[in-house]
Amino acid sequence: MNRPRRPRIVPASRKAADAETGGGRFAVGIHLGKAKPRLLVALMGILVFCSAQGFPSSGWAEELLVRPEIPGYQTPDWQTAYQRAAPKPTWQEWLDVGYLAVGLALASWLALRRRSRTGLLLLAVVSLVWLGFWRKGCVCPIGAIQNVAAGLADPAFLVPWSVLVIFLLPLVATLFFGRTFCAAVCPLGAIQELAALRPVRVPNWLEHVLGLVPYVYLGLAVVWAASGAGFLICQYDPFVNFFRLGGDRALLLFGACVLLLGVFVGRPYCRFLCPYGAILGLLAKCSKWHVSIAPEACINCRLCEEACPYGAIQTPSAPLEPTHRPIARRRLAVMLLALPILVALGAGLGAMLDRALAWMHPTVRLAEQVRLEESAQAQGIPLPTTQALEAFRAHGRSKGQLYAEALRLRRWYRWAGMLLGAWVGLVVGGKLIHLSIYPHRTDYQTDRARCVSCARCFWYCPLEQVRRGWIRDIAEIVPPDRLPPSSPSPSVG
Amino acid sequence: MSCPMHSPESPRPEKSDSRSGPLTSVDRRQFLTEGVRAAGAVLLGAGAVGLAAHSGEKEPMVWQIDPDLCTACGRCATECVLDPSAVKAVQFYPLCAMCDVCTGYFDPNHRERTTAAENQICPTGAIRRVLVAEQAGVPRFEYHIDEPLCIGCGKCVVGCAMMNGSLYLQVRHDRCCNCNQCTIALACPAQAFRRVPASRPYLLKRKAQAILAAKEHQG
Repeated sequence: MNRPRRPRIVPASRKAADAETGGGRFAVGIHLGKAKPRLLVALMGILVFCSAQGFPSSGWAEELLVRPEIPGYQTPDWQTAYQRAAPKPTWQEWLDVGYLAVGLALASWLALRRRSRTGLLLLAVVSLVWLGFWRKGCVCPIGAIQNVAAGLADPAFLVPWSVLVIFLLPLVATLFFGRTFCAAVCPLGAIQELAALRPVRVPNWLEHVLGLVPYVYLGLAVVWAASGAGFLICQYDPFVNFFRLGGDRALLLFGACVLLLGVFVGRPYCRFLCPYGAILGLLAKCSKWHVSIAPEACINCRLCEEACPYGAIQTPSAPLEPTHRPIARRRLAVMLLALPILVALGAGLGAMLDRALAWMHPTVRLAEQVRLEESAQAQGIPLPTTQALEAFRAHGRSKGQLYAEALRLRRWYRWAGMLLGAWVGLVVGGKLIHLSIYPHRTDYQTDRARCVSCARCFWYCPLEQVRRGWIRDIAEIVPPDRLPPSSPSPSVG
Repeated sequence: MSCPMHSPESPRPEKSDSRSGPLTSVDRRQFLTEGVRAAGAVLLGAGAVGLAAHSGEKEPMVWQIDPDLCTACGRCATECVLDPSAVKAVQFYPLCAMCDVCTGYFDPNHRERTTAAENQICPTGAIRRVLVAEQAGVPRFEYHIDEPLCIGCGKCVVGCAMMNGSLYLQVRHDRCCNCNQCTIALACPAQAFRRVPASRPYLLKRKAQAILAAKEHQG
């Protein structure tokens, strides 16, 4: 290549970048030198002009070609073009919040008062279309967890009022009505509810174990968002790419797998991943009202036993026999004692995870790359450069600054890892304590933490069927040996 | 509607029963439940008020590319949830040297210096080349971005970086839907994406800032 010499107008770092990205072909000089001498002269002229004029205060003088002064020519106004930001439509925010509020109220009314599964399914379809496909799944209380976490951790990060309301509304609704948000308002729940065609029951032990995952995910997502490493829940949302009708192929495949699994295992995302569902489950445990399987007092006919695809029906349990009581009491005491130990153990293990956790932060990753390159250079080992390194060099930030930032993040992650570990320990300990308590239940009830108020079980209840007028008497479907002892009247009164 | 099966011997414990007797487990649980509910409500309210009170001096944030970090790798064109991308090339006119042979406009292997598509570096022909004047036999051109055509691939940005670098990529906020987690930001190898205050949603290159400062200094 006979590249004609010309004065340096490109900084060395950028030249390296060009060579790496194939910009080396970009030798304009080849054309200039051979065929277009006039242009070369022009270019030299510009450079002379540049050095004569210069930019005294810029510090870039020898690198820039100077813009010619053309008499009578007005430079287009760059500012109007630059400051053009679309005003955010506030009506959209109001509409989103309004839909959420109306949807929650409607879902609660349909589930608790009307006891209408058809209505809930219709509402779920509307939510899927509105919040899912129209609003692209971005009116999302699940994702709002991260905004709130980032808002609490970063003093400069604003949580807009609409996001705050979107985060809080379902929580408040759950305190009163149970997880009706999951039933028919959440688009992620809706798409899975519609997909659950052949649900099988997950073994109880597996349900308990997998049920811990959302809490861990919640902790991780909060740490991620608070550290500024990114919004984990949005990144790995299985269905958002469906709503956007395109996206990363791996995530589309993940979504398809979750949906396919959802045909057989009801709502796998809601039950075994959704961090917002974890919070809602805790709140639903102390909700003021909640759907009940039977419209009136349960008669223990056991017809609903297998109805729930989400493992949310609790069967009656006999009170503990007196001989077992001391054992149960001892077990509970052990678990209670184990809780602080588990928390401490989790905190210790979590603090040891600081390196792994910090690696998830892009700044720390960059610092490690720079460090690696530095040490490789010191030993004379050639390392291929990366775009991240190129960008770092072009930006001119000092290595010291980067290392200091990375070290600060590492220290931050040590504390965050400790808290995260303690949280996981607390969750596991809480689960163990929960499993060591034997509540005395006399009838079939919903497990409020797991129940998403989908209303599937209603139709299985003979009392409900009588209420709807589908059958005249429960004796029509309840086997005689399961009829309640009190003498049934032969027909509706 | 009354049900025939509703029997008075219903096994469900009545709330009123437990009031008179000693503390039962039902009573205790109910007390706990109500306590937790009240605590939850108070916590939610306090959190909301706290966040709302803190938001007074803060501004909403939007995504933007730091042009000094951007390497114009081309991912903006492919990773955005919008098609075409919300990222567009912008021309910072005061930095443009109005070259005849614009390395941001012409393909490195262009055959002739015409506006024919095969000579252009832009795959969609989104750059308009307008002759402004001829100075001492040197034609001067202005280059404009035709935004509806621009797909944000950054090919012109790479080209222009050989010269003054007046072309660079920015997130256009009349298109950006401001996702909670920008998918381009995740894919960006240079970490050039960050959130900026919505009132100043565009970023200038340091070079451009220097030019503006110099002009202000002179004028």
